[in-house]
Amino acid sequence: MAKLPGLIGGLGITFKTMLKGAVTVQYPHEKEAPPTRARGVIALSEENCTSCMLCSRSCPDWCIYIEGHKEQRPPKREGGRPRSVNILDRFDIDYALCMYCGICVEVCPFDALFWSPEFEYSEPNIASLLHNKDRLGAWFATVPAPEPLEVGADSGKKK
Amino acid sequence: MNALAVEIPWGVLLAIKAVVILAVVPLGALVLGYTFLLKMMSHMQSRLGPMDPGGFHGWFQLIGDGIKFLQKEDIVPDEADRRVFALAPTVVVISTFLIFVVIPAGPRLQVANLDVGVFYALAVSSLSVIGVLMAGWASANKFALIGALRAAAQLIAYELPLLLAVVGVVIQAGTMSLQGIVSAQQDGAIFGWSGIGNPFILTQFVGFLLFLIAAQAELTQTPFDMPVAESELVAGYMVEYTGFRFLFFFIGEFGTATAFAALAATLFLGGWSIPGVHGTAADLLGPLVLVVKLMAVAFLMFWVRFTYPRLREDQLQALAWKVLIPIALVNVIITAIIKVAI
Repeated sequence: MAKLPGLIGGLGITFKTMLKGAVTVQYPHEKEAPPTRARGVIALSEENCTSCMLCSRSCPDWCIYIEGHKEQRPPKREGGRPRSVNILDRFDIDYALCMYCGICVEVCPFDALFWSPEFEYSEPNIASLLHNKDRLGAWFATVPAPEPLEVGADSGKKK
Repeated sequence: MNALAVEIPWGVLLAIKAVVILAVVPLGALVLGYTFLLKMMSHMQSRLGPMDPGGFHGWFQLIGDGIKFLQKEDIVPDEADRRVFALAPTVVVISTFLIFVVIPAGPRLQVANLDVGVFYALAVSSLSVIGVLMAGWASANKFALIGALRAAAQLIAYELPLLLAVVGVVIQAGTMSLQGIVSAQQDGAIFGWSGIGNPFILTQFVGFLLFLIAAQAELTQTPFDMPVAESELVAGYMVEYTGFRFLFFFIGEFGTATAFAALAATLFLGGWSIPGVHGTAADLLGPLVLVVKLMAVAFLMFWVRFTYPRLREDQLQALAWKVLIPIALVNVIITAIIKVAI
């Protein structure tokens, strides 16, 4: 008997909620912007990549595939030695395996990998989730600019 | 002479009645399932539910689900008792069909006007226990068996308050025929005042509450859904069923909800009747009025279903035996005393 007010109050709550309207979004028809720093997809800045393989080796799922080769470039100064440059042939991320841990983004020493809030890249076929460097490079355009430093913070650049 | 008094050969009449009954149960299950399970529950959870199928607010969702069930493979477990396994869903659904036989939708719109209509309706409604037990036993699955035995224990426990709640109405109406109960409410009077007839929800309010609580348990709906508790028994006695047999259970569940809502509307809200409307007008308006009242009762039932958490098995039994049945007995005694005194 002592529980009756609570029981009736519960009915009141569901009834009020019913009249209040939905808080959900009807996804394909209307879209909610994800937070700017959302971990939607990993984008690649190809010119920064030196195919050092750090990301590939640190990936817990082994879902990053990198192939590259070395090329000789003419020396900068007259009479110097020819420079050797790493050329990136293949940079694939298999998003069917990726668990969005972000270790590759953290570990990259040359700022070649970034989080982008883009999330609409589902595929009907699991094999189509393997995205090559062109696709990853296209996502680089959606990467938000880095947040401004806090007041008084060290910019990190040498003066 | 009534305008609807057309001479129809009894064979054709029988066929029409059979078709109507066969159509009403799945239709009722669809309407209640869509309105309450898909839409009302969604809104109570601050979401919209299905919006796309069929264009307008996802009205096609359940029909599509039904078609999907029909396409599915009919899987029978190796250890199952095949014949009983196949028969069980039919038994459950048949009990639902049988209830609708006596529910009147107008002064003359009734499949059969039995003198013991209430008795018959409550008797056939408990037939589904047999189907549930058959399903649970024949599935050769421990979850199904536990679910079926819980369902049996629960249905037997709540059959009593259900019957006793109705006894008050029967005493007041002085008849067990549903048609008689409806006209007792339409033409009755509350202590001499006959402005709105005598809908028994006013004079038998305790009975109405008892009936709703017991009906909730009979339908194995939350808060009395121990037999199908999905977090511990998966789906209870339905666990091994797939395809159209599962669809039968679904139709049985929501068809029976429709039947109990219609029964409650007839017993406590005056069924098809509006005070003062008689003759052909009542014949034409009857089904509509009954549906409106039915939906009102169903709203109450599903409102409770979507609000409360599940009772434990012992709490559930204690509520029936220690609370509901004594209240129902007292209600019957008081009703009888007042009936005799006035």
